[in-house]
Amino acid sequence: MQSFKGKPKEFVTFKKSINGYLFILPWVIGFLAFTAYPMLFSLYTSFTDYNITSKQDWLGLKNYTSIFTTDRYFRIALGNTLYYVLFTVPLVIIFALILASLLNTKVKGIGIFRTIYYLPSVMSGVAVTLLWMWIFDPSGGLINGILHLFGIQGPGWFQDPNWSKPALIIMRIWSIGGSMILILAALQDVPISLYEAAELDGAVGFRKYWHITLPMISPTILFVAITTIIGAFQVFDTAFIASNGKGGPQNSTLFYVFYLYNKAFKDLKMGYASALAWILFFIILAITMVQLFISNRWVHYEGGDK
Amino acid sequence: MVGVEETKSVKYKSKKRSENIKKILTIVVLTAFALIILFPLVWMISTALKSDEELFKGFHLIPEAWKWSNFPKAWQAVPFTRYTLNTLFITILCMIGTILSSSLVAFGFSKMNFKGKRIIFPIVLATMMIPGSVTMIPTYILFARLHWVGSYLPLIVPAFFGSAFYIFLLRQFMMGIPNDYLEAAKIEGANDLKIYATIILPLVRPALISVAIFEFNAKWNDFLGPLLYITKDKMYTLQFGLRSFQSAHGTEWQLFMAASIIVLIPVVIIFFCLQRYFIEGVSMSGIK
Repeated sequence: MQSFKGKPKEFVTFKKSINGYLFILPWVIGFLAFTAYPMLFSLYTSFTDYNITSKQDWLGLKNYTSIFTTDRYFRIALGNTLYYVLFTVPLVIIFALILASLLNTKVKGIGIFRTIYYLPSVMSGVAVTLLWMWIFDPSGGLINGILHLFGIQGPGWFQDPNWSKPALIIMRIWSIGGSMILILAALQDVPISLYEAAELDGAVGFRKYWHITLPMISPTILFVAITTIIGAFQVFDTAFIASNGKGGPQNSTLFYVFYLYNKAFKDLKMGYASALAWILFFIILAITMVQLFISNRWVHYEGGDK
Repeated sequence: MVGVEETKSVKYKSKKRSENIKKILTIVVLTAFALIILFPLVWMISTALKSDEELFKGFHLIPEAWKWSNFPKAWQAVPFTRYTLNTLFITILCMIGTILSSSLVAFGFSKMNFKGKRIIFPIVLATMMIPGSVTMIPTYILFARLHWVGSYLPLIVPAFFGSAFYIFLLRQFMMGIPNDYLEAAKIEGANDLKIYATIILPLVRPALISVAIFEFNAKWNDFLGPLLYITKDKMYTLQFGLRSFQSAHGTEWQLFMAASIIVLIPVVIIFFCLQRYFIEGVSMSGIK
């Protein structure tokens, strides 16, 4: 921690601490009220039967066992979500890496390109989903219109269970600006002296990229990967709007959080939905842990042996 | 390796030439990506200016007759003026709340000494990793018990208790301010609150602007919040107005696109005016 660098470690008494506590008080209250309490309450609720107005009846593990053994929609929703995550995350990272590397060159007007590439990221919500629904419209839409020019009959996209998820994935990739900017910032931090040294050793082009650039920006790639996975597991808005709240066609856009939302707010099965939420939490936690664990092998931290 | 045999000047020349070719190639690829990224937006504008009959007449960008009337028509189809005011109300209060609370907390974590700081700050960071879907249900139940569902309170009140991401961002900025400034003010007798207000806040203005525009975007585009907590038509936000418009008017894409453009315009204008702060804010959010 850089805050007290150079200063002798001073002993902070509780009395001296009071002002500090006062400053962080808003967060402490918010944490207790909107994070800690909700999580504990949700954990308790997941073992009960509860619809907000009823009293909470203890069910033990019954919610969890029925999710894993009899719930067909749980499997569909999890499958859809894994499909989405599996394609979205690598594609987001690859495209963010490509765009950031392109932006990290010294040509005139690079700022304009950066602006254009980032622009989709500031736009979200219903307006953008509506736009993409129209772009993917089978008869009047942009994509099938272009395909038609080449004599190709385009798919039904949001009306075809096989193509609804690819459509959502394409939508997601359009707005990778945030990840791109993070990677760009990391690229700009790579010391030029490293490249010069490598050039003396005869490294060129792709080898330079592979042996210097990628290791140097690997902590940022890990960060982007983790946050993108957490986000992708919780895909909801776009699927909800594009399927008009139904998750169709044929449940093909019924993602995990979408199903959780239905259980909680349509069926009012708060206990069951809380159990679903905790299962998602542990899936995400496990994947993040595994990533951090594996990252020791491929992520390079400057000046550290970690 | 042929290059080893070449003389120095030839080598230099060919290097220069290959660098130029590389530059041109880069510009070509940059432009191609830019066109792909912009095309959906161009298509959106083109659609918004077409007539009803023209929509499904095959692929073309330039409208036959420019129907500017689509814009007022879309605006009046649902009470968008009302929805704009509702959205502005929520958005502005959230911006005020989050700037105040997050900067106070960030000051506490960056410039104050207190027991347990090294334990508490990692907890702040850890909460960023908690999926929102886990706290969604119990938070809803909490607000339901407080009888806040159906009001704007669940959308606004949490903003006054700081957000982990903004706290982290502002703390990063505040850490960069030399402690000498604060010591000097302290000697002159300023208390912590005064130091925060008169020294720190002006110095982290760029970061505050980043936070303000992130929050503006988040609330302006928020969908899940209003979906959960708003029950009456006249309290709808713009996002919800768009959605109800869509379900009421079937396939009038030219009107949806016109309405969508109107909803997106404030976001785009703010982005173009303040993009430096967007980019700096995002760049700072990476863990180094």
